[in-house]
Amino acid sequence: MSLHRDDGIVLRAQKLGEADRVITMLTRERGRLRLVAKGVRRTTSKFGARLEPFAHVDFQTFERENRALGMITQAETIAPYGGQVVGDYARYTAGTAMLETAERLTEEGEPALQQYLLLLGGLRALVGGEHAPGLVLDAFILRSLSIAGYAPSFRDCAGCGNEPDDGMAWRFFSLPAGGVVCPACKPGGAAVPQQATVDLLGALLAGEWESADASEPRHRREASGLVAAYLQWHLERGLRSLRLVERQ
Amino acid sequence: MYEGVVQDLIDELGRLPNIGPKSAQRIAFHLLQADPVDVKRLAETLLKVKETVRFCEVCGNVAAAERCRICLDPRRDASVLCVVEESKDVVAIEKTREFRGRYHVLGGALSPIEGIGPDELRVRELMARLADGVVTELILATDPNMEGEATASFLARMVKPLTADGSLRVTRLASGLPVGGDLEYADEVTLGRAFAGRRKIDG
Ligand SMILES: [Zn+2]
Ligand SMILES: [Zn+2]
Repeated sequence: MSLHRDDGIVLRAQKLGEADRVITMLTRERGRLRLVAKGVRRTTSKFGARLEPFAHVDFQTFERENRALGMITQAETIAPYGGQVVGDYARYTAGTAMLETAERLTEEGEPALQQYLLLLGGLRALVGGEHAPGLVLDAFILRSLSIAGYAPSFRDCAGCGNEPDDGMAWRFFSLPAGGVVCPACKPGGAAVPQQATVDLLGALLAGEWESADASEPRHRREASGLVAAYLQWHLERGLRSLRLVERQ
Repeated sequence: MYEGVVQDLIDELGRLPNIGPKSAQRIAFHLLQADPVDVKRLAETLLKVKETVRFCEVCGNVAAAERCRICLDPRRDASVLCVVEESKDVVAIEKTREFRGRYHVLGGALSPIEGIGPDELRVRELMARLADGVVTELILATDPNMEGEATASFLARMVKPLTADGSLRVTRLASGLPVGGDLEYADEVTLGRAFAGRRKIDG
């Protein structure tokens, strides 16, 4: 029997039994955890809306060794990002895809501080409203994949590492290689995205927002298609929320 | 794992909502030990409900015929339409006896993480019902949780063009403090919403 206290971001809340929920949380110290919130669906619950998806909370759990799931005993709101997300469908769908990505690129019970901090920064950017939700999502996915060990390359060849000679980026895009490739490394069937799309992908990965914000819709569309394909390549099954993301 | 048909029963029960493997096992063994007459009645009711109950072609509520009791009732006000997630929400609102309009049952809430978008709900049917201008007030009564709020916001944006000339008013059920509770125990989201939805009081 033990008590733990930690910070976490609620990724998912699933109904359990009559009035409880299983809360999937990405925590600062212990990575992704599944925890039970007893009675949370009752209107008289002391948790209220504190344990809804997107919430950043300071919480305490009670865990027993022989029990599969720990129980949340207390939760205090640090930031209720959900309230700033639900009113805007593009934000809601992009934000949900961020939560699902974080869930899929972390392991249960394995500390994932970098992923946690990335998600926190991503949610702040999303509700900050300075950048289009679709761009925030794509930047988040590229960086989350990088932390998970699948960093893509959008300038040097992802196969041999050669730098492009003209100072631009290589033009062929290969999912198995993990980014752009030089003519020598180019496999059959490599895509040839537009130069501006490759530049946008590079800007999103590097956090060069000025350049990303100035991009055109057609390049954003092409970039998000490549990001989705790249994510899909590294996951056994695709994200459910990704096809529902509303992009302006 | 149990043998053959017993495991089949546990698997089938485990596919029901909110029933985990342990509960499925418990229900299965309860059924195995129950009186055969009781089990037969349960099985017959399950079949009968599937054969006779359907969804109202107008509002999507459960119905015993093509249209439900509420859609067929001429005393119900056709100018006020209340949008809910599920049929059980219709039952809950009917119990209040406060509402004399009609309903539209969406069949759930927008939940991207479960793969549920506008096309998976009866959104198109709702827009079709609003097209003739009979409805002058639309009440968005989706659940006061994250998915319900997102669904209400989405619908409010969908019907916005219809509100421009003042022919349609869109309202959202008030949400806020649970009646009978103490203010200090309310969480920030609930308290914030109670402030946003405060009403005038005559004194
Ligand atoms: Zn190369
Ligand atoms: Zn009906």
